[in-house]
Amino acid sequence: MSRSHDYDMAIIGAGDIGSALARELARFDLRLALIDAGDVGAGTSKANTAILHTGYDAKPSTMEAKLVARGHGLLMTYADEVGIPLERTGALLVAWNDDQLAHYPAIQDNARRNGYAKIREISRDELYRREPSLGHGALGALEVPDEHIICPWTPPLACATQAVLAGTDLRRDTRVTGLDRLRDGGWRVESTRGALSARWVINAAGLYSDEVHRMAGREGFTVTPRRGELIVFDKLSRPLVKHVLLPVPTGTTKGVLVAPTVFGNVLLGPTAVDIDDKTETRTTAEGLAALRVHGERIMPELVSHEVTATYTGLRAATEHPDYQLTVDGTDGYVCAGGVRSTGLTSALALAEWVRDELDAAGEALRERPEGLPALRMPNIGEASPRPYAQPEKIAADPAYGDVVCFCERVTRGEIRDAAHSPIPPTDLDGLRRRTRTLMGRCQGFYCGAHVAGALAEHSAQTVGELWERPS
Amino acid sequence: MSTTTKHPIPTENVDVAIVGGGPCGLAAATELRRAGAGTVVVVEREHEAGGIPRHARHQGFGLRDLRRPMSGSDYAARWAELASIAGAELRTDTQATGWTESGELELTGRSGRRRLCARAVILATGCRERPRTARLVPGTRPQGVMTTGMLQQLVYLRGEAPGRQAVVVGAEHVSFSALLTLEHASAKAIAMLTSHPHHQTFAAARAVSAVRFRAPLLTRTAVTTIYGRRRVEAVEVTDLETGQTRELPCDLVVFTADWIPDHELAVLGGINLDPGTRGPIVDQALHTTRPGVFAAGNLLHGAETADVAALTGRHVTAGVVRHLQGDPWPTTSVHLQCADPLHWIVPNALIGSAATDVQPARQRFLLRAHRELIGPRVELAQDGRQLWRGRLPRVMPGRSARLPTHWTRRVNPQGGPVSARVLTARRRS
Repeated sequence: MSRSHDYDMAIIGAGDIGSALARELARFDLRLALIDAGDVGAGTSKANTAILHTGYDAKPSTMEAKLVARGHGLLMTYADEVGIPLERTGALLVAWNDDQLAHYPAIQDNARRNGYAKIREISRDELYRREPSLGHGALGALEVPDEHIICPWTPPLACATQAVLAGTDLRRDTRVTGLDRLRDGGWRVESTRGALSARWVINAAGLYSDEVHRMAGREGFTVTPRRGELIVFDKLSRPLVKHVLLPVPTGTTKGVLVAPTVFGNVLLGPTAVDIDDKTETRTTAEGLAALRVHGERIMPELVSHEVTATYTGLRAATEHPDYQLTVDGTDGYVCAGGVRSTGLTSALALAEWVRDELDAAGEALRERPEGLPALRMPNIGEASPRPYAQPEKIAADPAYGDVVCFCERVTRGEIRDAAHSPIPPTDLDGLRRRTRTLMGRCQGFYCGAHVAGALAEHSAQTVGELWERPS
Repeated sequence: MSTTTKHPIPTENVDVAIVGGGPCGLAAATELRRAGAGTVVVVEREHEAGGIPRHARHQGFGLRDLRRPMSGSDYAARWAELASIAGAELRTDTQATGWTESGELELTGRSGRRRLCARAVILATGCRERPRTARLVPGTRPQGVMTTGMLQQLVYLRGEAPGRQAVVVGAEHVSFSALLTLEHASAKAIAMLTSHPHHQTFAAARAVSAVRFRAPLLTRTAVTTIYGRRRVEAVEVTDLETGQTRELPCDLVVFTADWIPDHELAVLGGINLDPGTRGPIVDQALHTTRPGVFAAGNLLHGAETADVAALTGRHVTAGVVRHLQGDPWPTTSVHLQCADPLHWIVPNALIGSAATDVQPARQRFLLRAHRELIGPRVELAQDGRQLWRGRLPRVMPGRSARLPTHWTRRVNPQGGPVSARVLTARRRS
């Protein structure tokens, strides 16, 4: 290995894709830097619909179709291995009119072309038997038994943590500002926190992957963020919804979905509006009103529940129908950009693919004998008992019986653990994604001050500084 | 499971379990001990008992129940002391997280997981302010957007400076409490706004704060967008009469009032809620629809003042004592329904024939309306038969009007629901 560069590879972006890449490459004898403008999984990866896709609806023979199909299985296995919350709900594509019903054969055909054969039509009666709270007027449904719900935040954190434990250098709050080819090969990576050099640059910059692509002297795609607003309903609504309820896309309307979350809430959304500004994550009165109209139709009782949160996700859509993937062995440049909302599912498969392409490009990857360190992530899902409900855990450490965030039942022990984890949170939003604090129905009414205090006890920041950080 | 056998979850038996150690739960505990109700445990998830008044350092507490004016923190401490002196166990840092199949409360605390098996349970879990998200206020999600509850904890419990230029959303009692807190934290309230045509606190409170804080009160106005990336930079406010919008630069937005009962434990226990209050349906003696479980305080009505909540805590004890003595749980009750613009009436059910003369707390029904009503004539009727008709003084949103109780004797316990409606009301000129 060349020692003339600081790193063998610099991965730009620690979202779903970049973190998965870091984890995959950390198996090998490589010096890796994982660079992110903010925290791990804090960009577009943090705000999606948290669904583990089968890829039944992907455009056949695209890389997206291939990687989502493969990634589904990999993520199921990985979730089990490291403790990523996942619930096997299955999905139902509900038809509300004849036009939508007429699309069923095409959807089934598409699924089969993607190698997914388990999709099947169910009757109106079966639909209402399985979803008794569904609004009136549904005509039938297609069942996709392997579309599940998953925690959107733990996967990138798990991957990045394994990478860090294996020696990857994680540089957070570091925005890449320029890339320069070095005369004798490799790159100089300029950032808001100084420069570094690497033989390879791997672009996993999500919404900004087009800009990093241009920094590397390339053209070919532009990310036009697609804004999706979502409403999160109170946990008391969770018993209403049994499956992921998907709309039937018909070309004229996209529709919105209703889905339970692994945290025990129910999601309604997303809207889909193309915008220019990659920082434009605000919600709008029109968007929220439109979602409520959809919700009334799909499940009227849901809309009568309290709203816990609203948020906006930006999907890194490009002018192309597929991911933008490049592995250029001559320049030492990899692009894993233009990955839309399916990135959560496809990330592990995409990382494998990049690994194989690097190998094919002549990069002699030598596996470390020790392999990846074993990891168990804190459970923040509802499918298995959380610390507050585990007598043996509290007996061993009373901090797990000290509930700080009442709505989400997050204990002082969990906040302490997060603060001392290999990738500790740097602000309250980071703590939220690691523990669920402050994401409940009171939004800080009861616990806001105490949660900040509990984190401040274990970090270098004061309560005031924690509140000043971006959310 | 091996873990369960190694760490079996202990079950305790008590006479009365009270969930929530605010003024209501503490008053109920005090009164029950004095009445010789046996073992009384108050389960409180905060580090200290006393409830929301703990966070208010200003005066105005304790008038109706303890008969002397006190600050919120003194008032909260006094009730905790009274309950302890009376012999109730105050189990703080302990959260009731649910119910077992056999009806025990599941508790979590530093000493572990426990089950509490009580002959009577009183839910006194109170209420909270709806946060910005629940109010569906669009915009960005910067820091500096909070409820009064969080503001007061940041300022009084942690000594933080929450911001410099605040917009206060709401003009109820608690909104004026937020003004006092802002002053304490050296933050300037640049505007207070309400979607209603008038503030909803005491005239005196408004008059004093108008002089003291000089925050303009913008009526018929709503926050329609929040701006700012890291920190709030401004809000867009809309005049609800004209539709005109303008921006108010600020670094703090306090969403006050818009109370919702903290009803999770009630719902998890299968207790029916009133569609108006969203708290449990209760009769005059505060029985819920689940035998053995009572509900009291601001879980029933978001929000009355702390002393009123404490008085309902006192009131519930009579029914609890009768229950402990073996009185049967009322099985039939007549529900009270409200037609718009009336919002809710509490108690919202009337128990069966033998007990229609049971008086509600403070010998009154509380009535709320969605909007201001001046001198409304209100009718109560059952199955087309008028039970009562009368004129009320001005009804303000967020504040309760008093309905008399004598009409309950005319209710047919086997009949349909009692419906309340407004016959006429004058308009503000």
